[in-house]
Amino acid sequence: MSAHASHAPKRSGLWDWLTTVDHKKIAILYLIAGGIFFLAGGFEALLIRLQLMYPESSVVGAKTFNELITMHGTTMIFLAAMPIIFALMNAVVPLQIGARDVAFPFVNSLGFWLFFFGGVLLNTSWFLGGAPDAGWTSYTTLALNQFSGHGVDFYVLGLQIAGIGTLIGGINFLVTIINMRAPGMTFMRMPMFTWSAFVTSGLILFAFPAITVGLVLLMFDRLFGGNFFNPDAGGNVVIWEHLFWIFGHPEVYILILPAFGVISEVISTFARKRLFGYSSMVFATALIGFLGFMVWAHHMFTTGLGAIANTLFGLATMLIAVPTGIKIFNWLLTMWGGQIRFTSANLWAVGFIPTFTIGGMTGVMLAIPPADYQYHDSYFVVAHFHYVIVGGLIFGLFAGLHYWWPKMFGKMLNETLGKWNFWTFFIGFHLTFFPQHFLGLMGMPRRVFTYLKDQNLDFGNFISTIGAFGMTIGTILFVVNIIVTANSSKRAPADPWDGRTLEWSIPSPPPEYNFAQTPLVRGLDAFWIEKVAGNKGMTPAEPLGDIHMPSPSFLPFMMSVGLFIAGYGFMYHNYVVVVIGLLVTFACMFLRSVNDDPGYHIHEDEIEEVKA
Amino acid sequence: MATHHANAVLPDEPEKATLEGKNKLLGFWLFLGGETVLFGSLFATFIALRDQANGGPTSQELFDMPLVAAATLLLLTSSMTAVMATLALHKKNLKQIQVWLTITVILGLGFLGLEIYEFMHYVHEGHKISTSAFGSSFYTLVGFHGGHVAFGILWIILLQVSATKKGLTVVTAPKFYLASLYWHFIDVVWVFIFTVVYLMGMIGGKVG
Repeated sequence: MSAHASHAPKRSGLWDWLTTVDHKKIAILYLIAGGIFFLAGGFEALLIRLQLMYPESSVVGAKTFNELITMHGTTMIFLAAMPIIFALMNAVVPLQIGARDVAFPFVNSLGFWLFFFGGVLLNTSWFLGGAPDAGWTSYTTLALNQFSGHGVDFYVLGLQIAGIGTLIGGINFLVTIINMRAPGMTFMRMPMFTWSAFVTSGLILFAFPAITVGLVLLMFDRLFGGNFFNPDAGGNVVIWEHLFWIFGHPEVYILILPAFGVISEVISTFARKRLFGYSSMVFATALIGFLGFMVWAHHMFTTGLGAIANTLFGLATMLIAVPTGIKIFNWLLTMWGGQIRFTSANLWAVGFIPTFTIGGMTGVMLAIPPADYQYHDSYFVVAHFHYVIVGGLIFGLFAGLHYWWPKMFGKMLNETLGKWNFWTFFIGFHLTFFPQHFLGLMGMPRRVFTYLKDQNLDFGNFISTIGAFGMTIGTILFVVNIIVTANSSKRAPADPWDGRTLEWSIPSPPPEYNFAQTPLVRGLDAFWIEKVAGNKGMTPAEPLGDIHMPSPSFLPFMMSVGLFIAGYGFMYHNYVVVVIGLLVTFACMFLRSVNDDPGYHIHEDEIEEVKA
Repeated sequence: MATHHANAVLPDEPEKATLEGKNKLLGFWLFLGGETVLFGSLFATFIALRDQANGGPTSQELFDMPLVAAATLLLLTSSMTAVMATLALHKKNLKQIQVWLTITVILGLGFLGLEIYEFMHYVHEGHKISTSAFGSSFYTLVGFHGGHVAFGILWIILLQVSATKKGLTVVTAPKFYLASLYWHFIDVVWVFIFTVVYLMGMIGGKVG
């Protein structure tokens, strides 16, 4: 069994990308796929805003509008934000903890392909009889056959396939962070981004099975005559709401905690100070993660659960403001007296703080049940969650991408373009969503495709749409920046920002094996400690030797293709196709389990060559 | 003999001897945590809907103690034989592992057979997934469990066949351990199904 191949199997071009199990390449795959879905979701948003630019307009019409709002929400949450978070986690976490890869490289690749094919399945609905149109929350009974189109079947199956990918990705990061930290890296020396990835992965593990069950029940109702949500046969629609939000509320924290992690890294690096209150940051992160599970019913205040339930969930929701406030103040105090450098990455991080704070404050307003009866299903809610998810998460992702781009690709993003990108997007964002608070208070409902003239809604909606153009320009500038950067020949140094954590102690982009020798960690901000001590790099914790690597594999791709095919079979009630699809998946699982992967070794002399 | 050779080199607790093995163990425990949420959601749905028979057969009319008791006995015994397989793993005795796992698989197949018979019987009585919300939630919860049992049987058989070639090594040991862990998990879930679905369904009368 010990007959390891002694050289890296030679793979190139597309085949290399389809079979890779390297976390750094999978990060890039997640970024590309998530980025494309982000552009699609953004395009949908722009169409929504165009429809609402003037009263009683008919740019897209009611039917398409329903499809657009459903697909915009679903795409942005599941197919853009989550994958880009996974891109950063894949690119950064193993490097920050001094590991050579994630715990399960094969599973990592499988997670990506499942997400990818789930997303593609969902989006093919546009060409196969209409996209889902029951809203991104897909509330029953609206989402049952009687009231919605075939598109909801795509929603149900696409999200199930993508969800499995996310779940196994979460387990992978948990195991990686628990078992594969470099010697000396205790939990309380872990960088904040890794901490947030850890808590986020825990949330994924316990939240995603709930939506899987919800989707399965909805699938049974829609495809096999089940009666879960059919009140005529004894079903109960509130079950869907519970299952959806038991997943959906933690999902909010699955999205925002990684952004918190990014902001912590970026602010401390560009203030040249240790993160203020590190241990309180860790506990705040864990506490937010825990409380995230306790508050799902605040999405259901108007469902009729009763005053007691509403009060308890309202209080629990407000409680989350405490650890979040701790974080905001710690970021401010990190900057206090620091030597702040306003790079593009730091602009996003600094812009994040007030924007996210506004989103948090409106969150406390919404957590008051009687007030919520007024805000419910109005544009106020739309404004609130876009301040949290765009002003929080997307700003955080932009900060993270500018910060780690040199590490991921070995090239520096253009700073001038980056700043233009920030200002157009930042101003466009506030122009879009700030007026929506007032539109909501003035009675504009969400999810309705138009509004009447002269109800004081015209001006706010017009400004909001103008703002959406600003965000579009910002996004286009980012794409331009990527193209300009890709064509420039300037190579990024290993440590362009004078960084503090382990990922900056190795070349940009890192070699396949990350660390030639596993580093010895001597405290928080491990690399900074060595720099202050006058050392050139990390002290190694092991002698230089051969490095064992996992083999690339085409099986994850094929397994996902199998489920993709089976998904269509289910939707069109063609059970031959279902069986073929599942057989492909099971055959791949069979092959994987009977053929143990011996991997291959990178020899000591080859490692020396790279170093020299 | 391959086993003697393996005995000589295999460390104690071979399932945790390598980092890969440790990762698999931890990852699998976490996976079972997720599975707990999955079954928890299904249980909650079932409890909410179990009295909604919609004019179709109710649980009191359908359930039959001797059949369910026999199924429970088979599955609980199979959990014990799976423990024996793990004990054999710690003794590094592949032959014993194979014997105990074979018994486990046979008991599991027996359980599955009874469940299929039970489902067919119920359908015959007019209790279908489309009859009522009770029917939908019953078949989904119990069927999900049955699906897990079927998957476990296939997994263990596959493992047994490939182990005849590979022997007991630090690569195969974690796989045996995990299969056994998985089998216990399905057994624990069944204990809850037995209590919540069958016992409460038979004696509970109308609850809530």
